[in-house]
Amino acid sequence: MNTTILLFLLQDGITNGAIYALLGLALVLVFAVTRVILIPQGEFITFGALTYASLSAGQVPGTIRLAMAMGVVAFGFDIFTSRKSLHTKLVLRALAVNVLFPLLLWGVLLALAGRPANVAANIALSLLIVAAIGLYLYRIAFQPIAHTSVLVLLIASVGCHLALQGFGLVFFGAEGQRGPPVSNAALTIGALRFTGQSLAVYGITIALIIGLWLFFGFTLYGKALRATAVNRLGARLVGIRTSLSGQIAFLLASVIGAISGILIVPITTLYYDTGFLIGLKGFIAAIIGGLVSYPLTAVAALVVGIVEAFSSFYASNYKEVIVFTLILPVLVLRSLAAPAVEEEKD
Amino acid sequence: MNRRLLPIFLFALVMAAIPFIPGMPPFWIVLLDNIGLAALVAMGLVILTGVGGLTSFGQAAFCGFGAYTTAYLTTAHGLSPWLTLPLSLLVSGGAAVFLGLITVRLSGHYLPLGTIAWGISLFYLFSKLEFLGRNDGISGIPPLSIGTLKMLDPGTIYYAIWIAVIVCALLTMNLLDSRTGRAIRALRRGHVAAEAFGVQTARAKLLVFIYAAVLAGLSGWLYAHFQRAANPTPFGPQAGIEYLFIAVVGGAGYVWGGVLGAALVVILKEVLQSYLPLIFGGGGGQLETVVFGILLVALLQLAPTGMWPWLVSVLPFERKRKRPDAAEPLPPRAPTHPDSGVLLHVDKARKQFGGVIAVNDVSFDVQAREIVALIGPNGAGKSTTFNLITGVLSATSGKISVRGKSVDNAPPQQVVKLGIARTFQHVKLVPDMTVLENVALGAHLRGHAGAIRSMLRLDRADEAKLLAEAARQIERVGLGEQIDQLAGSLSLGQQRIVEIARALCVDPMLLLLDEPAAGLRHMEKQQLAALLRQLRDGGMSVLLVEHDMGFVMDLADRIVVLDFGTKIAEGTPAAIKSNADVIKAYLGAVA
Repeated sequence: MNTTILLFLLQDGITNGAIYALLGLALVLVFAVTRVILIPQGEFITFGALTYASLSAGQVPGTIRLAMAMGVVAFGFDIFTSRKSLHTKLVLRALAVNVLFPLLLWGVLLALAGRPANVAANIALSLLIVAAIGLYLYRIAFQPIAHTSVLVLLIASVGCHLALQGFGLVFFGAEGQRGPPVSNAALTIGALRFTGQSLAVYGITIALIIGLWLFFGFTLYGKALRATAVNRLGARLVGIRTSLSGQIAFLLASVIGAISGILIVPITTLYYDTGFLIGLKGFIAAIIGGLVSYPLTAVAALVVGIVEAFSSFYASNYKEVIVFTLILPVLVLRSLAAPAVEEEKD
Repeated sequence: MNRRLLPIFLFALVMAAIPFIPGMPPFWIVLLDNIGLAALVAMGLVILTGVGGLTSFGQAAFCGFGAYTTAYLTTAHGLSPWLTLPLSLLVSGGAAVFLGLITVRLSGHYLPLGTIAWGISLFYLFSKLEFLGRNDGISGIPPLSIGTLKMLDPGTIYYAIWIAVIVCALLTMNLLDSRTGRAIRALRRGHVAAEAFGVQTARAKLLVFIYAAVLAGLSGWLYAHFQRAANPTPFGPQAGIEYLFIAVVGGAGYVWGGVLGAALVVILKEVLQSYLPLIFGGGGGQLETVVFGILLVALLQLAPTGMWPWLVSVLPFERKRKRPDAAEPLPPRAPTHPDSGVLLHVDKARKQFGGVIAVNDVSFDVQAREIVALIGPNGAGKSTTFNLITGVLSATSGKISVRGKSVDNAPPQQVVKLGIARTFQHVKLVPDMTVLENVALGAHLRGHAGAIRSMLRLDRADEAKLLAEAARQIERVGLGEQIDQLAGSLSLGQQRIVEIARALCVDPMLLLLDEPAAGLRHMEKQQLAALLRQLRDGGMSVLLVEHDMGFVMDLADRIVVLDFGTKIAEGTPAAIKSNADVIKAYLGAVA
């Protein structure tokens, strides 16, 4: 192996690793706030990527229909849970968030269909659609069972993954798609060529990590989310609406997932079920980070990306085996260091 | 035929008769075969997840080990399928030992995530290995045969599958209804209580993990000879998720819930596959997973405990009463020393959590036949001292010994063997076990039957002694009326008394009681005090933490007072009442 290949593999690994880092961060965020292990993260990736690809091809993506339908159901849930204390303001707010917002988005999409829209507008629209889906998903599937055990939430999470993946197949078909790159610029340093896309990946990852850090460290909402994570009951007693915290967490996670998808889709062809595997690699990073530490997760994600790049070069057949087995030594270390603390389960 | 076996016998008869129903479509038999195969895996998950609290998404991989082992050995080496059965079980069990050693010690959510990861990893391994036929798998597996009868069609292997299901269900039920079973059922509520009575929790977890894997391996072995082919798809992560779904749908805490769940899910999938295309036109096949996922989420919101408990509440099943027959009593602890002298010696015990000194060089003794009370304001370090003595926490420095034998850094299981039993400040009972079963957990170390003997029901003599002992202790503390109730249905005060009965089952020399009188009414407190005096007069020592001063002053022979982790006084109740330091600690200033 010469230096060029080494550098090339490293670069490839870091680009993928950066995306896994984003996903890992989103998983840590959602788990910390809601205790949901977000298996459908993979679907946020797919939906973001394929919505963007469809929009770039001048089509109206099926995801907007899903967002609309989920919005209507979420509206029904909102009205039903507060049926004893309904008042106009509440109904109007629920209507605006759950029904009017996706309706408006749909209108914009129909107006733009067929026109050569620009990349930025397409990205913004894709993010909005997936954000809406993420928000409604929490409202419909998780908010009613927010108080139950991690296990119940995890199984519900798997159910959401199955349903959304099925929708992905319905909307986007079994063929893979690619999207146009965010930027066509390129930069050459020595033997390495950095495409605009990979630079965008690095830039956005770093920006999001800083953004999350600022959000959690310095804003009231961020602190409210952290408080919810530590103690739901305590947070409610001091006036934090824990259901709102959950919705914000899902909103952030779905946006991060969609961004990752949009960043990947110009690099690799995405299928309706690709997101699951990509999301799981984010998981490995999150698990290595113990589902609590953001910096450790980011570093672990880079390691996952680099290991993947090297194993696809040396043993491409066993790439997935190696990446997913990577978790075993980590688990061994964790189990050796497992503190003997009592945890009240159920 | 006793009442326990009758429903199972009837079920077996019905299942045996089904293929003889005239006009039975062969397709239904195939469906029943598939239900049986799924039920075997789900049964393992019931005991692993529902009872033991260990969630696994990776059971499909163990099916894969079973299926591929027999597929490879019968096709490449021409072994008889019956010869590969033990090997299949051995390989899936062996894989479980390896993965279990790595993962079962992990807490809460790491385990399910870990199982997802190795589930995927093994799926890719199956589909990449040359000798397992890569993605195409292995075909041409010989059918099962007995003599000249070859089990080629779904109707004959049907019997093999359902005999396996019913036998495994019986074995599993026997296992749960035993000494080992109680230890497994206690796992889900955390390990501290179980360990305090001598349960090796790590070993118990590994045991259920292996048991579930072996059941999955058996299902895989049957699958390979039913399909006569094996490829990676049915052993992938999707299948692993589906098995867990089956267990949850049926009722994850119930053996027959696994069978019911398998029936519901397999039939539902079949219905979805055949009717969705009719409703939605050509695209129906894709909607199958959508409907499946939505149903899963809806089910969790509407019936999180699954269908079996619901079915049982509708059907006229009787809750079986398990009041034990009179069995010969367990042998008492051999007396080690004369009834006098120092029993427990605590010498400068110290516990630091970071910068906080919870227990600061505390020393005291407990003599034989003595009731010592440990009192002090909240946060004085009383419960931490208990945890140091019982081995839940290890001391930063200092010495603790029982009858001169050092117990520094001994695990709780070791401490209880020396005759030290305890109760907990926050009650740690298994709410969905009866009072009798909870108390019998206390006698865990006094029984000897292991998992295999329990499964084969060779443990009955041993078990009868344990239950008789438990019943005796329950009568002794005055809860005879509640013996068959679920522990979770009792009042908090009664639950504390159940904990005392459980501790008495150890046949202890020293009883550690953490706030036993909290939540009791006046009369109950007097009964408790009388019981403790009676125990002392019978030769037992008691060390108790209590806030009710009236109770303590009447009962204790000696009192040790802690404040901010430091011992500030020790003496008779009368001396403590007039001690200036004690009054200052409790009231803030000299009154």
